[in-house]
Amino acid sequence: MTLERFLAVFFLILVLGYGYTAFFIIDASLPPFIKMNPVWPSSFPKIIASIGVLIALFLVFSKSSQPKKSDEELEAIRNYHWQSAFLLLGMMVAYALLLRPIGFIITTFAFLSLGAIALGERRLPLLFVIALTCAGGIWYLVQQVLGIYLRPWPWFLSGGF
Amino acid sequence: MLEGLMIGLSTALSLEMLLMVIGGCLIGTFIGMLPGLGPMSIIAIMIPVAISIGDPAAALILLAGVYYGAIFGGSTSSILINAPGVAGTVATSFDGYPMARAGKAGKALTIAAVASFCGGTVGAILLMGFAPMLASVALLFHSAEYFALMVVGLSAIAAFAGNGQVTKALAMTLLGLMLATVGESALFNMPRFTYGMLNLQSGIGFITLAMAMFALPEALFLILDPSRSKSSSEQQQAIKNLRISKQEAKSIAPVVGRQSVLGFLIGVLPGAGATIASFLGYAVERNLNTNSKDVEFGKGSIKGLAAPETANNAACTGSFVPLLTLGIPGSGTTAILLGALIALNVTPGPRLMVDQPAIFWSVIISMYIGNLVLLILNLPLIPYIAKILTVPRAYLIPFILFFTLMGVYIGQNNAVELMILIVLGVLATIFRFAGYPLAPLLIGFILGPMLENNFSRSVQLFDGISFLWERPMTGGLLAIALLLVLLPTCRHWLEQRKKAITANS
Repeated sequence: MTLERFLAVFFLILVLGYGYTAFFIIDASLPPFIKMNPVWPSSFPKIIASIGVLIALFLVFSKSSQPKKSDEELEAIRNYHWQSAFLLLGMMVAYALLLRPIGFIITTFAFLSLGAIALGERRLPLLFVIALTCAGGIWYLVQQVLGIYLRPWPWFLSGGF
Repeated sequence: MLEGLMIGLSTALSLEMLLMVIGGCLIGTFIGMLPGLGPMSIIAIMIPVAISIGDPAAALILLAGVYYGAIFGGSTSSILINAPGVAGTVATSFDGYPMARAGKAGKALTIAAVASFCGGTVGAILLMGFAPMLASVALLFHSAEYFALMVVGLSAIAAFAGNGQVTKALAMTLLGLMLATVGESALFNMPRFTYGMLNLQSGIGFITLAMAMFALPEALFLILDPSRSKSSSEQQQAIKNLRISKQEAKSIAPVVGRQSVLGFLIGVLPGAGATIASFLGYAVERNLNTNSKDVEFGKGSIKGLAAPETANNAACTGSFVPLLTLGIPGSGTTAILLGALIALNVTPGPRLMVDQPAIFWSVIISMYIGNLVLLILNLPLIPYIAKILTVPRAYLIPFILFFTLMGVYIGQNNAVELMILIVLGVLATIFRFAGYPLAPLLIGFILGPMLENNFSRSVQLFDGISFLWERPMTGGLLAIALLLVLLPTCRHWLEQRKKAITANS
């Protein structure tokens, strides 16, 4: 199965799940007074789900509109830097998990420095200066100038988790 | 009217007011460049400053300057790093970003600045002449017509997605509509599709989805394929090239002319605003351009960049019509402005023009001045702004990823939203690999709540779906929507058949 067809099947499953929720789960949880209205919270999702199933079936059974990839293109995809991409995605997940407990400045400094190192930067002193200036500068702009709260340091330094 | 205009001119041209406009435009541009901070949040942040000024005219002028600046700043991040922080500039990235990637960032930013200037200026002139008249036209539109207008907008986007892509674009639009129904809806006040997760109660954030659909997949592709971010020395020279050739100016002039008027008219309709104007403007120009020899839309067409930029600025001006003449905010941003006006003891409405002509007219005049200031301030800055693209890859990519994460985090202050961003971003990248267009998903998501609210209101008013055939304007608009979807499909099918017949013979 090509990726295109696989995604069409994925879309079909998604729409069926969505439709099931709209037709059965939401309707079952509605209080009686809402059911007296001409329009329910599930009305619009039901329309979307019905149209969605038709489109998904059309996508699953229609001919592919994508030209078949040549051997060179497939080779190029195989040679993509998958490892770096997964590494940076992992760093993003770590950033999301650590931002609150460790604070903005340390996590941002670490993310920018490690990200650049993963992509081949080796001038470490320059990199550290840029990462630190950026982390500090943006924290100052967001917290002090715009007044949006961002915890700068780890929880044990700024009190409370 | 002339007397009011003179009062407005004398107020808006005073040194204090000019400083307000310049300050507002500068603040708006720089903060607007940060993805995640759109005009709405910037204006909200600036309200305490504006109120502390005390003079309602000065406060409104400052906020209008911030509004324009933020929209231009948003276009900059859309063009340079494909990270539209505001719904109104999503369409700008469709052609602006491919232009930047082709080494024409300087030119793209210049076109954006000039198109915004023209759209805003024509909008301000139209506002002066048609404000009272257009307000009465806008009142003719009821929720049934709004619903139909949005269906037309969504079908237009799917219909112009390209040959053989219509079904995929429709699927992505529906996916966007599905995501828009997650969380509590405004009309029913009960959670839907949250599956017990409290974080989904307020729905998925627009910024989260915009970043996941555009900025994150682009950054991932830059990591996967390093040749995408390498620019030759020729390209680096071209980045600084701001000149628009005579021929290019000639080709975008009619686009700018049409979209200034269209954008303004859409902006006047309450609830429509800059987002719909920019998408519709893009779709209209794309349709008009099908047989031209110019660069294809979506691949760095200057027309495709000029159209949404002109339309969204003209619509921003247009959205002041219902605010100033009826007291009805046409968009989220004007709703915040309405709040600021009420805090300053000014009640917008039909009496405003008569009772406080200085406020009404000075705001209109300062809109024009704001546009001029924006052009003068930004044109010399463009070569420096465009230099972002010459930053080495090892720095550029982590910074794009960081700004993507930050854009989502500072709006919501919620780490779960970051995880949603990463999951949706990875999914969007996979969809892009298979040739599914991502823009319709975001458009469906943005228009979804408005579409549902107007649909539900109409059903409640008519006690059923009879409004679909009882109101001629609604029926007409829906027929157009159906035609828009069916025509390209039929054309594609006929082409395929013709090909098969010639191959057989």
